[in-house]
Amino acid sequence: MLNLNIMSEFYELSLSQTMEGLASGKFTSEEITKSYLDRIESVDHHINSFVTVDIEGAMTQARDADRKRAGGDTGSLLGAPLGLKDLLATKNLRTTCSSKMLQDFVPPYDAHVVTKLKEAGAVIIGKTNMDEFAMGSSTESSYMGPTKNPWDLSKIPGGSSGGSAAAVAADLCAASLGSDTGGSIRQPASCCGVVGLKPTYGRVSRFGMVAFASSLDQIGPITKTVKDSALLMNVIAGHDPMDSTSAPELAEDYTKCLEKGVEGLSIGVPKEYFIEGADSEVTALVQNCIDTLTKEGAIIKEVSLPHTKYAVPTYYVLAPAEASSNLARYDGVRYGFRSSNDDNLESMYDNTRKEGFGPEVKRRIMLGTYALSAGYYDAYYLKAQKVRTLIRMDFLKAFEEVSALIAPTMPTTAFSVGEKSDNPLQMYLSDILTINVNLAGIPGISIPCGISSAGLPVGAQIITNFFEESMGLRVANTLESALGLTMLRPSI
Amino acid sequence: MKLTAEQVRRVAILAKLRISDEEVEQFSNQLSSVLENIGQLNELDTDAVEPTSHSVSLANVFRIDQAETVFTEDAWKENAPTQYLGHFKVPKIIEE
Repeated sequence: MLNLNIMSEFYELSLSQTMEGLASGKFTSEEITKSYLDRIESVDHHINSFVTVDIEGAMTQARDADRKRAGGDTGSLLGAPLGLKDLLATKNLRTTCSSKMLQDFVPPYDAHVVTKLKEAGAVIIGKTNMDEFAMGSSTESSYMGPTKNPWDLSKIPGGSSGGSAAAVAADLCAASLGSDTGGSIRQPASCCGVVGLKPTYGRVSRFGMVAFASSLDQIGPITKTVKDSALLMNVIAGHDPMDSTSAPELAEDYTKCLEKGVEGLSIGVPKEYFIEGADSEVTALVQNCIDTLTKEGAIIKEVSLPHTKYAVPTYYVLAPAEASSNLARYDGVRYGFRSSNDDNLESMYDNTRKEGFGPEVKRRIMLGTYALSAGYYDAYYLKAQKVRTLIRMDFLKAFEEVSALIAPTMPTTAFSVGEKSDNPLQMYLSDILTINVNLAGIPGISIPCGISSAGLPVGAQIITNFFEESMGLRVANTLESALGLTMLRPSI
Repeated sequence: MKLTAEQVRRVAILAKLRISDEEVEQFSNQLSSVLENIGQLNELDTDAVEPTSHSVSLANVFRIDQAETVFTEDAWKENAPTQYLGHFKVPKIIEE
């Protein structure tokens, strides 16, 4: 039961508590939206989590929500203030992908997930910062400047959904949406001490999501609690005819199984996910999660995912290859940035892309173009697709024995700003524990499982089989309650 | 395996990216180190393995061939860099 006497500020509430408070009339959407906007104004200049804050639009939406609620409307997110990663098209609201290429781009339509959020009555307060075109693990490649980790401003918030994760951790919105291609929801969630879920590939429509790697991209919730994650999944999951990769499987009520506990469930610990060179505190905190699940009645089994180490080489062929194709559309002709060095069409294309893209984007386009070019396609792209099959088969085999897997989300806590930005390969290796989940297409959820001695959050991830987000949420919810760590907050 | 400057320049042409000499050197080094890491894939025997291009086993997703109005007639204009008589204007395509 919500007790507002012990909660000092509206912005400290979870999404679920926000909805309870709005429904019972304890506060209005106008009040809670203003609370978040004021906090953004006083705190976000330290963090830089928002690219665009739509103050007027948000207050208008909030007042509309209050009016609708007074009139008897009961949308599941009616009046809740959310932040959206800036690669989700929002009609008439600037959508930049944190790139110079789309710096002034205003979409003429809403992404499918945005339409669903609006139908549920959500208030969109703004667009959050990211690595440029979602390519990165630290949000340092953003054209809009890096986002800082609210737990320690000298550290990265993770990436590419660093803005979304930092905004939720710093209580700058009730919840947010991010995207995950190689770990970009789960890894920043782990760095920032919040909950991040990547759904099964195809579970959430990609219509209106700016494409990076089409066979890997998925949109998902970044939230303060596991229950909040389930609430958002209920709104965004489901088939969409506008996305030809949208799964026909019926969506479900993701809150239904949250409280079922883990008694009798078999949970696998993949031995290859506990790597040499991992932070010993991370390993200890995740081991504590495993012990906790045992106490709650789960049966723990060691499993093996033998192709784990091929995550980075496989991903860094496939994702850049798909990106090189997806980013070919940025040519300065119809929308976005156009270079003024345009003597002829050819030089306009070349210079637009030279000036409009940052170095990491260029690097990945080059890598992808090389891997797909004549003479190299078989050796790289086709080979990587075959290894992808082996990685997927590892998981399918493991799920014959267990209902879920538990592992660290990242081998370390958040690294320092600038620490890996000169060494692309080092940066890529920080995704080693999240990537294979994307390659296989299965869902994964990261939850905070403790704070390191240096005061930085550690994340544990629960991985489940295709379309078994409910199972993942159930294990995560059990763990979250049993650990008693709900909504740890940095003091910012 | 090290990418030569010539290979890097060729890839840049394919990718329609104008890169400086300094960038050629930088990319050559950075991409070579990533490609070396990617070389690990050759440790695996994949002759009998089918490639996975997509995690969902969907094929040929169609809809009824019926025109729908999704955007207004003028929606494209808002973001067009330059326009002329209802067209996108670009620099000359053919040299004299």
